[in-house]
Amino acid sequence: MTWSEVFDLLWVGLQETAWMVLVSTVLTAVGGLLLGVLLVLTAPGGLLSAPPLYSVLGLIVNITRSLPFIILLVAVIPFTRAVVGTTIGTDAAIVPLTIGAIPFFARIVEAALREVPNDVIAAATAMGASRGQIVGKVLLREARPGLAAGLTITVIALVGYSAMAGVVGGGGLGDLAIRYGYQRFETEVMVATVAALVVFVQLVQMAGDLLVRRLSHK
Amino acid sequence: MIEIKGLRKTYRSRGREVRAVDGVDLTVGEGDVYGVLGQSGAGKSTLLRCVNMLERPDAGTITVGGVDLTALNRKGLRLARHGIGMIHQHFALLSSRTVAGNIAFALEVTGVPRSARKERVAELIELVGLGGRADAYPAQLSGGQKQRVGIARALAARPQVLLSDEATSALDPETTDSILRLLQDLNQRLGLTILLITHEMDVVKKICHSAAVMRDGAFVESGPVAELLHRPGSTLARGLFPLSAPATLPGRTVVDVTVSGPDADTALTGLARNFDISLLEGSVETLAATRAGRWRIALPEDGTAAVEFLRARGAQVEAAA
Repeated sequence: MTWSEVFDLLWVGLQETAWMVLVSTVLTAVGGLLLGVLLVLTAPGGLLSAPPLYSVLGLIVNITRSLPFIILLVAVIPFTRAVVGTTIGTDAAIVPLTIGAIPFFARIVEAALREVPNDVIAAATAMGASRGQIVGKVLLREARPGLAAGLTITVIALVGYSAMAGVVGGGGLGDLAIRYGYQRFETEVMVATVAALVVFVQLVQMAGDLLVRRLSHK
Repeated sequence: MIEIKGLRKTYRSRGREVRAVDGVDLTVGEGDVYGVLGQSGAGKSTLLRCVNMLERPDAGTITVGGVDLTALNRKGLRLARHGIGMIHQHFALLSSRTVAGNIAFALEVTGVPRSARKERVAELIELVGLGGRADAYPAQLSGGQKQRVGIARALAARPQVLLSDEATSALDPETTDSILRLLQDLNQRLGLTILLITHEMDVVKKICHSAAVMRDGAFVESGPVAELLHRPGSTLARGLFPLSAPATLPGRTVVDVTVSGPDADTALTGLARNFDISLLEGSVETLAATRAGRWRIALPEDGTAAVEFLRARGAQVEAAA
């Protein structure tokens, strides 16, 4: 295989990975934020304290997180078919990626929101802030640096998960490394793919760190 | 302005019951500066947090500005809280917002339209002496400056009442003084009623008109500071003017004398001119509301005449102990 062919493969893989990670990140950010906020609100002593609901949500999150991603990928195939109409391809891989990452990010959101000091929440309550204002203007806003750092971790985890997307024909860099590098002993492809992944992850982390620094005023 | 009756609050933790507030009655008049003094664990923080219902009391009523807070629903309580400012020991500012942003937050919460906020924020920044620091983040401010932001924020909605939760306990003595002066100034200029809790005797000394000493969830004594000073055996009097000189001397009668008002400055010289006395310990100080002096004095063995002399000048005299 010539280097030009390797680069063509890499370019396609990179685009597929970027697409899968981008779309699932956006969906995960929305879903994880909602679920994380719900966990914080319904926790015992929270603003909408509802311990039974909190326990159920927590259980669902934990079960999803216990499943190895490769198994989740297969387990949600019927759901994937219902949502995107097909079970193979890049778009089909986005569904399990998102389902796998939402509980992961939700726990990070939960931890980040808990970092907001209680007396700051009490101060807002004492000023007569509504629960909506406390969530929007205090919890989410004060936790922004933690949320940005958490999202960076999630994006990188998604890059990792997306390597398994090849199982459903999702393609991407990870799939390339497995099919060419591992199964066909094409060492050049393996090395090039790994290098591309390293650069990709490095860029994500740098962008994340920059964002956290911009948001943090501590 | 604030009227509390029969307030009780009990916490349950690990099967044990802790009576944080155990039957407190408290009246704070309009324009008063009222200090609740107590050690940590005395229940004063719970008491204060009940006044704006951050803690819901188990029993009792809390009336602020004529409104019974315990009878309000969630919405009514939110509106009532707009009229009750609060400042906190650790400032409780939003780290993601600037000085101006923190103050604007209080205005956003109370529904002040955007166009009116900017002007009010600038006004409040001047009021608390933070001119030029509007764009600084809390992390760039000193403790005293942070508390000034806290005060500006608490006053944003023009409350009639300010609750202060150990507002100076995290500050050094000099900064404490400047914050206390600011509170006193706001009390005088705006007629702001202040209810504060503290474990620092100095705070009561410097700005409180009235005070209560709290222990084990209940008030041990309460009333106007000048009146408490004259109450025999008063804990507050002993705290404000600690006397540790020997309480007995051979051949002498040792007494503790408390005088307040203008007589505080003249009583002692008058006494010394007429009787053979020794001043063992004591001082005259300016409290928020009055001049007051308290001394331990050795009188002649038969001190009756000297005691008469002092009592005629409004002094409270008790045997030293």
